[in-house]
Order: sequence, then structure tokens, then C-alpha cells
Amino acid sequence: MLYRENGQFKTSYRTDQQIFPILQDKVVIGLLLALAFIAVPLLAPEYLFKAVLIPFLILSLAALGLNVLVGYCGQISLGTGGFMAVGAYAAYNFLIRVEGMPPVLAILLGGVCATVVGVMFGIPSLRIKGLYLAVATLAAQFFCDWAFLRIKWFTNDSSSGSVSVSGLSVLGLPVDTPAAKYLFCLSFLVIFGLIAKNLVRSHIGREWMAIRDMDVAAAVIGIRPVYAKLTAFAVSSFFVGVAGALWGFVHLGSWEPAAFNIDRSFQLLFMIIIGGLGSIMGSFFGAAFIVVLPIILDNLGVAVGFDTAFASHLTFMIFGALIVFFLIVEPHGLARLWSIAKEKLRLWPFPH
Amino acid sequence: MGFFLETLIGGLMAGMLYSLIALGFVLIFKASGVFNFAQGAMVLFAALAMARFAEWIPEWTGIQGKLAANLIAFVLAMAVMAVVAWLIERLVLGKLVNQEGITLLMATLGVTYFLDGFGQTIFGSDIYKIDIGMPKDPIFLLEGTFPGGILVGQEDLFAALIAAALVAVLAAFFQYTGTGRALRAVADDHQAAQSIGIPLNRIWVIVWSVAGFVALVAGIIWGSKLGVQFSLSLVALKALPVVILGGLTSVPGAIIGGLLIGVGEKLSEVYIGKFFGGGIEIWFAYVLALGFLLVRPQGLFGEKIIDRV
Repeated sequence: MLYRENGQFKTSYRTDQQIFPILQDKVVIGLLLALAFIAVPLLAPEYLFKAVLIPFLILSLAALGLNVLVGYCGQISLGTGGFMAVGAYAAYNFLIRVEGMPPVLAILLGGVCATVVGVMFGIPSLRIKGLYLAVATLAAQFFCDWAFLRIKWFTNDSSSGSVSVSGLSVLGLPVDTPAAKYLFCLSFLVIFGLIAKNLVRSHIGREWMAIRDMDVAAAVIGIRPVYAKLTAFAVSSFFVGVAGALWGFVHLGSWEPAAFNIDRSFQLLFMIIIGGLGSIMGSFFGAAFIVVLPIILDNLGVAVGFDTAFASHLTFMIFGALIVFFLIVEPHGLARLWSIAKEKLRLWPFPH
Repeated sequence: MGFFLETLIGGLMAGMLYSLIALGFVLIFKASGVFNFAQGAMVLFAALAMARFAEWIPEWTGIQGKLAANLIAFVLAMAVMAVVAWLIERLVLGKLVNQEGITLLMATLGVTYFLDGFGQTIFGSDIYKIDIGMPKDPIFLLEGTFPGGILVGQEDLFAALIAAALVAVLAAFFQYTGTGRALRAVADDHQAAQSIGIPLNRIWVIVWSVAGFVALVAGIIWGSKLGVQFSLSLVALKALPVVILGGLTSVPGAIIGGLLIGVGEKLSEVYIGKFFGGGIEIWFAYVLALGFLLVRPQGLFGEKIIDRV
């Protein structure tokens, strides 16, 4: 009754092609943003910021990047953790080696470096396809793991590859309290989310989807596979690199290469499968789900009285079972459930 | 020269073990088009079952001799793997028939996580050992030809022999038995096989059981070398470049790819590793496979990929 498009007539292409064509959507999104930017920083306890909100924001950004590559362009990548590591370590090097480098610029430059590395490892995708490519992207993961552990220059000669960043500030304002860190990450996510949404609606997004659906057919109708695939790799690794830099700078503060190992890659892949491949909204759902689920399970396990080892094994099993469950029952993930709910809501309470 | 040969032989033996795991991948991919990421988890699961049954059986039944306990444990572990195979077919892959390869790959990733968690829940998550009485002492070969001879681990030699025997048995099974022929038929063309009355579901259970058997043997060999622990499931990651180097659909490819990667890894670590700061074993195999795929995208012996619109 409340949520319907009747009476909202579009009189120009501009209004017809808005991201949120329905007035109610705009109101809800506006309220959500106000809630996220104003109410949450005032009200949320510190634990919530550190354990849930900040990881959720950063991993959503990474999932968004991965979704561009896997969900929209159909090039499966198991090297996401490696690209995150490139972003984090590159940003770190810019920050400590360049005098007076602002952290935000360092983070963005970290993303640029991840883009370069991503495109380099994306070049094989022009020849290698499907499953072979999935395995080939593992090369990026293992190479990055190794490089940041063994090449001392990247880690400023620290013996274990662990580095730390402290005293972040933006335009003179310190980013040290959990609420400030949260707002910092949230701003990144909102801006990048908007960019991603617009990219996938544009001609380049449609090229990616054509390549995903069938690359030979796309080439026949005049889409350049080289351009489409490499831009997908570039955009994706830029997002992932920025997320990696944020993960290191804001969430961890000090980190070592193991923070970006292959488990991280799988975790991100699970996020987009559960959330919904080829959906911006899905990246957020998936990230929220994967961040929150282990916390709930852990607390539940403690409450019921499982020991920690059993609880962590149980988490593994539930993860695995959920992946399979989603692939069988709802291959389009939580995002699909969301849009079904919206369709239903449109007709509610008179579905006929 | 002696040192070079020693490295070479070490590489060949390590390669034989990679082939063993790669073989599991290839068998399943050929028969059902599934890229089975769970092969590593199956190795861990099988090895855990084997190690724990060997421990439990003397307690349960009072059988003393180590050989008898190991044999019974082997049979039980194989039975467990068959059940796992049946469940995977029943609950996961049977429901995903005709999906794209990528979807199936992700489903096996889910299976990987489940098996890792489940195996450690029921069998425990400490480090266990499998003792099947493999000789441990190194031996020296060709002492007359080279000063000091060539050092070869008897354990490695033994493992390589088992692997070679397993490959021979599998080749015979595929070539000369009725079931093997049915398996090859399914691998060639699902629909044609089905239309002449080969039950696909049963074949898939058999293939997964065979892969479970390969995993069990690989688990026993790796487990008695390294101890049965979680890291065993990561061994499969080392076998992935072998599979794509050899070609996803080729059994000889898995073996030759394994040997190539094993040798390449050891030689590169010894001869060029020092220029990079060492430890290049982790990625060398992948980069080797990647470079190779750029020239031949279908791997060494894979079927040529033909795209049609």
C-alpha cells in the first residue's frame, strides 16, 4: 500500500533512468544514509564498531570489487586476497616513503597499484578461460603472499613482514576513535558504491555482462574482449586494493601478509555467492551475512557451552552447507530474495 | 652432477605424489565435468579416518597386530569415503546437474569447508600419525659413479612406487572392466551414455568413490610423511597447477604434469631460488603453469577448446 509506483509518471529520459525511480525508494535510502551517518556513530557501542560495522564496510567494498569481476564480467578470481595485500602494502609504502603524503591519497594510490597488478594478472584471461583461469588467478594470490613475506623492501625491512600505521588523519581531523574510523570507511563505501552502480549501468557495464553471458557472441557483435575484460580487472582490483588498504590502515592498524591469505579470497567469493552474483545490493548483503554469522555462531556456541574448537569447526560446516544450499536453492543469492520481497510489497495487501 | 641428479630424483618423487592428487581431480572432471576443489579436503578426511580408525580398532576389538589394524582401518576408511561420495552425489551434485562449471566449482568449495569442519569434528583436530611401516632411512645410490653417491629417501621411493602402482591399477580398471568402460563412455558423452542405458547417478557415485580411494592413498602417503593435520588439505592447492598444466581431461597429463612440476619446483628452488630470496616453491608451480597456458590454453594433453556461438 505504501510502496507502489502508481501515479509517478516519468516525463523525461533523465527521470526514467534514475537509480531509484520510485519516490519511496529515495526516501528509504535517504533515511538509511541518515541513520548510518548520524544515528549510528552517536549510538553504537565500541564493540559493535570494531567487530561488526568496520569489517562489514570494508569487506563490502572488497566484495563490490570482486562482484564487478565475477558477477558482472564472469571472470572468476581466486586471487582477491593478493590484490588486497597489494593495495595495503602499496599504500603503506606511499605513506612512509613520501614525505607529507595524506593517508587518503595513499589509500587511493594503493588502489592504483592494485589496479596495475590486477591488469597484469588479468592479461592471461584473454586466452585462458573458465576453470583454467580460476586456477591461474591463484598464481596472483600465492605470488603476492610470497612477495610481501620475502621481499623486504615492501615491508620496510621488518623481519616478519608485519607493518603498522598509526595516527591517521583527514584534513587535520584525527581518525582514531571507532566512530571516526566508521565514518571514514562509510564515506569510502558510499562513494565507491555509487561509482560501481553507475559503472554497471553504463555502456561498459553492459559490455561486461555481454562478455559474461557469452564471450564469443559478444566479440561477434563488436565488443572488444580485451578492453572489456581488462577494464573489469582494473576496476575490480582498484576497489579491492582500496579495501585492502582500508583493512590494513583502519581496521587492523598493524598487519602481516597472513591477513590477506587465500582464506580471505574464499571468504570474499562466498560473500558474493551468498549475496548474489551480479548485484551491487548483493555485495552488501553477502558481506553483512558473512561478517555477522561467525560472531553469532561463536556467541551461540559459548552460550550453549561448546568448546571453541568445536564451535569453529561448526562454523566451517555451516558455511559449507550454506554455500551449497544457496547454489542449489537460490543461485542468485540474498539479492534475489530482496527483489522478490520488493515485488510482493508492491502488490501488498491486494495481490490480485 | 651428483647433486643435480639428487635434486632431479627428489623432484620426480615429489612430482609422483602431486600426480596422485591430480589424478583425483582428473577422474572426477572427466566423468562429471566437476572441477573438484574438495579433493584436498577429501585427502584430509580420508587420512583422518584412516589414522583414527587405526588407533581405535585395537581398543574396540582387541586386535593387536599393526598390520591387521591398518588393514581394517583402510577398509573402514574406504567405506567412509564411499558414503561421502554417495552423499555428495545425492545431496549436492545431483541437484546441480546441467549447471555451469563455475557453479559446480563453487559448490565443491562449499563441500571443502563442510568436509574440513566435519572431519575435524568427528575425528578430532590434533596432529595424528599414520604408521604403515614405511622405511624411513635414506639410502645412497650409484656410490661408485659419483663421490658420496646420490641420497634418496627410502620413504619417498616407497611412496613413488605406491603411486605408480595405483596409476597402473586405475589404468587397468578403466581399460579392462565393464564399469571402467561405462566410466569412459560417460566421460566421452553423458547423453549418449545415458541413452544406451548407463545409469549416470550410479556412475557418478562410483567415480567419486574412486576419487575417494585415490584421496585415501594420497592421504596415507602424505600423512605418514607429514603427519595427519589440517595443512594436509592444502596439499591439494599444490596439485592444482599440475592439473591445469597437464590438461583437465587427461590422465597421462596429470602424471606427466606432476613430474614436470615436481622437478621444476625443486630445480628452481635450488638453482634460481637464491636470487629471489628463497621460498619460491609456493608460486613457481603456478607461474610455470600460467606461462604454459598462455601458449596452450587447454594444457599439455587437454582437449582442444572449441567455442561456438
